[in-house]
Amino acid sequence: MLEIKDLTATAGDKEILRGITLTVNAGEVHAIMGPNGSGKSTLAQVLAGHPSYEVTGGSVTYLGQDLLDMEPEERAQAGVFLAFQYPVEIPGVTNAYFLRAAYNAKRKAQGLEELDPMDFLDLLEDKLKLVEWGPEIMSRAVNAGFSGGEKKRNEILQMAVLEPRLAILDETDSGLDIDALKIVANGVNSLRRPDNATIVVTHYQRLLDHIVPDYVHVLAGGRIVKSGGKELALELEARGYEWITDLAGAAA
Amino acid sequence: MTSPVESLVQQEYKYGFVSDIEADTVPRGLSEDVIRLISAKKQEPPFLLEWRLKAYRRWLEMTEPHWPNVQYAPIDYQDIIYYSAPKSVKPLGSLDEVDPELLATYEKLGISLSEQKRLSGVAVDAIFDSVSVATTFKDKLKEHGVIFCSFSDAVREHPELVQKYLGSVVPAGDNFFAALNAAVFTDGSFVYIPKGVTCPMELSTYFRINAADTGQFERTLIVADEGATVSYLEGCTAPKRDTNQLHAAVVELVALEGATIKYSTVQNWYAGDAEGRGGIYNFVTKRGKCAGARSRITWTQVETGSAITWKYPSVILQGDDSIGEFYSVAVVNNRQQADTGTKMIHVGRNTRSTIISKGISAGRGQNSYRGQVKMLPRAVGARNYTQCDSMLIGNACGAHTFPYIDVQHPSASVEHEASTSKIGEDQIFYCKQRGLDTEDAISMIVNGFCKDVFQNLPMEFAVEAQKLLGISLEGSVG
Repeated sequence: MLEIKDLTATAGDKEILRGITLTVNAGEVHAIMGPNGSGKSTLAQVLAGHPSYEVTGGSVTYLGQDLLDMEPEERAQAGVFLAFQYPVEIPGVTNAYFLRAAYNAKRKAQGLEELDPMDFLDLLEDKLKLVEWGPEIMSRAVNAGFSGGEKKRNEILQMAVLEPRLAILDETDSGLDIDALKIVANGVNSLRRPDNATIVVTHYQRLLDHIVPDYVHVLAGGRIVKSGGKELALELEARGYEWITDLAGAAA
Repeated sequence: MTSPVESLVQQEYKYGFVSDIEADTVPRGLSEDVIRLISAKKQEPPFLLEWRLKAYRRWLEMTEPHWPNVQYAPIDYQDIIYYSAPKSVKPLGSLDEVDPELLATYEKLGISLSEQKRLSGVAVDAIFDSVSVATTFKDKLKEHGVIFCSFSDAVREHPELVQKYLGSVVPAGDNFFAALNAAVFTDGSFVYIPKGVTCPMELSTYFRINAADTGQFERTLIVADEGATVSYLEGCTAPKRDTNQLHAAVVELVALEGATIKYSTVQNWYAGDAEGRGGIYNFVTKRGKCAGARSRITWTQVETGSAITWKYPSVILQGDDSIGEFYSVAVVNNRQQADTGTKMIHVGRNTRSTIISKGISAGRGQNSYRGQVKMLPRAVGARNYTQCDSMLIGNACGAHTFPYIDVQHPSASVEHEASTSKIGEDQIFYCKQRGLDTEDAISMIVNGFCKDVFQNLPMEFAVEAQKLLGISLEGSVG
């Protein structure tokens, strides 16, 4: 589904990604871990097409297409979803309006008819249950005045509505209490299907107790320095990141 | 790397065409003779000529105000043509007699003056340069006792009403531009809603400046008698020209006991080009008086055009329990400047006012909110709520806020909230990541920001305003 080869990227003059190679197949969950500043959030942003980063080398193929050649909205319409680490507030625009606009943008790109507000409300009903929310959340402005936990839940709600083929969760666990964490994790787990894939970017092992990955990759200094199964996450939890960073130093 | 917003194309001002219509103009410049000539051309009664001359003499003693936060080259008032009328306009029996070129001009602007083609429910008075060319649905309105006509017709047909209310809210010598308007105003709209009548349709005036080097000085007077209700819309456009043109209008509203006046403006005068050449100087005095108890005046404005906007639609809350409201969206892009806001003067007891101002600055635009809330000694229990939000798009624009609060009674309460936000690449990227393109993203973000104002516009206008906003902001981040 996703093939990243020797991907390098800079922010301003600073080189952040220094050659990432990673293959994600349909049905898989990959966890990207690593210390602060290792480039894991940058990887998530680059895959989504954030304009602050410039890709300087390598390639990314997504469902047979050159992902790097696509506009951010084209990537989204093709099923790439980024759950933001810091979801953005849009005052005055209701959650319902925003979600429907996003949903219809995708449908339009697929050549499908747009859904009217009434039909969309029906669709929402099930999705709201997934994040244990009532319908009142839909008339609030997008993320405006939301708590940190509510913002993250809202990301999962959007993900549930948009049904991505490739979901990238960027530190979705940061700032969540344990109850919110469970709700978010349950949401993500129930969206897992054989034909979609998830990349979970996280600093802590905690989230991986709830969203169990098939593969764990450790990023340091802009490179994947170690890959393994879910047990690698536990090892990191026990030993910290330092020994990995040393590995990166040795590799460089 | 160009930002997604930067790469949007600048859309042309689509109302910038010039109509080829023969005009009857007076010589350039201003003098008592010019005023007498205008008054004579309009066959005005002596009281009006006297009023004009008085205003002119006051004006001669006044100096142009320079306190607004705007900059422009000095205006040569002797280089302006103060009267320009399409030659073919004479008192008309029906629309069939209107110059086809004029009708075509309004069709091109999306304003059909042919009643059959118009959406029912809106009557239009079309003002072309200095004179009113047509007023639709006059007869239908007459059945309800509503008078809706050009100012000139009102002077001819209802001189007693004009004499009673003209200058009662904005006196002839009120300020420099209002005095100039009083001296030379050429036409405008007049509305009178009789006691207890709810006007059966929206009334609308469409202003168009066509001739070069002319000023447009129209005057609108709306009187809602006891218990009457009216909603009035105003729209404006002008051709693209390299020189600046002066638009100094006056609007007076009078709401008697229990009356309601809702006045909505979508202002889209030519704003000048990206380098700031040309465009309209929109120096306007708008004021309403809640003269009677429980009366209500609501100003809603969407200001997207003009090189410079200088206006403060205000309400004098004289009647007890009267309500004044001001909802405003002001957009500046390129080198536009706006200094706009409102004055709420609380005179009566338990008077209430609400001010919601949304300023959007883009390009090198400078946007100032200037508002005064005054609670006079008799204004027991008066309340005001002000919310003043600014949005910045890009790094070269500016937003400024100048609130003046003057409370002279201890039981009065005034609330002022203000915020400034920046529409960022992050907000746009967030929307794009959800599948929306840049234009839709900006339009969604800006419309969300303006929601509190748009919901106060009549439906048809709200849609127009949203579209206009999208056009004004295209290519706005630099």
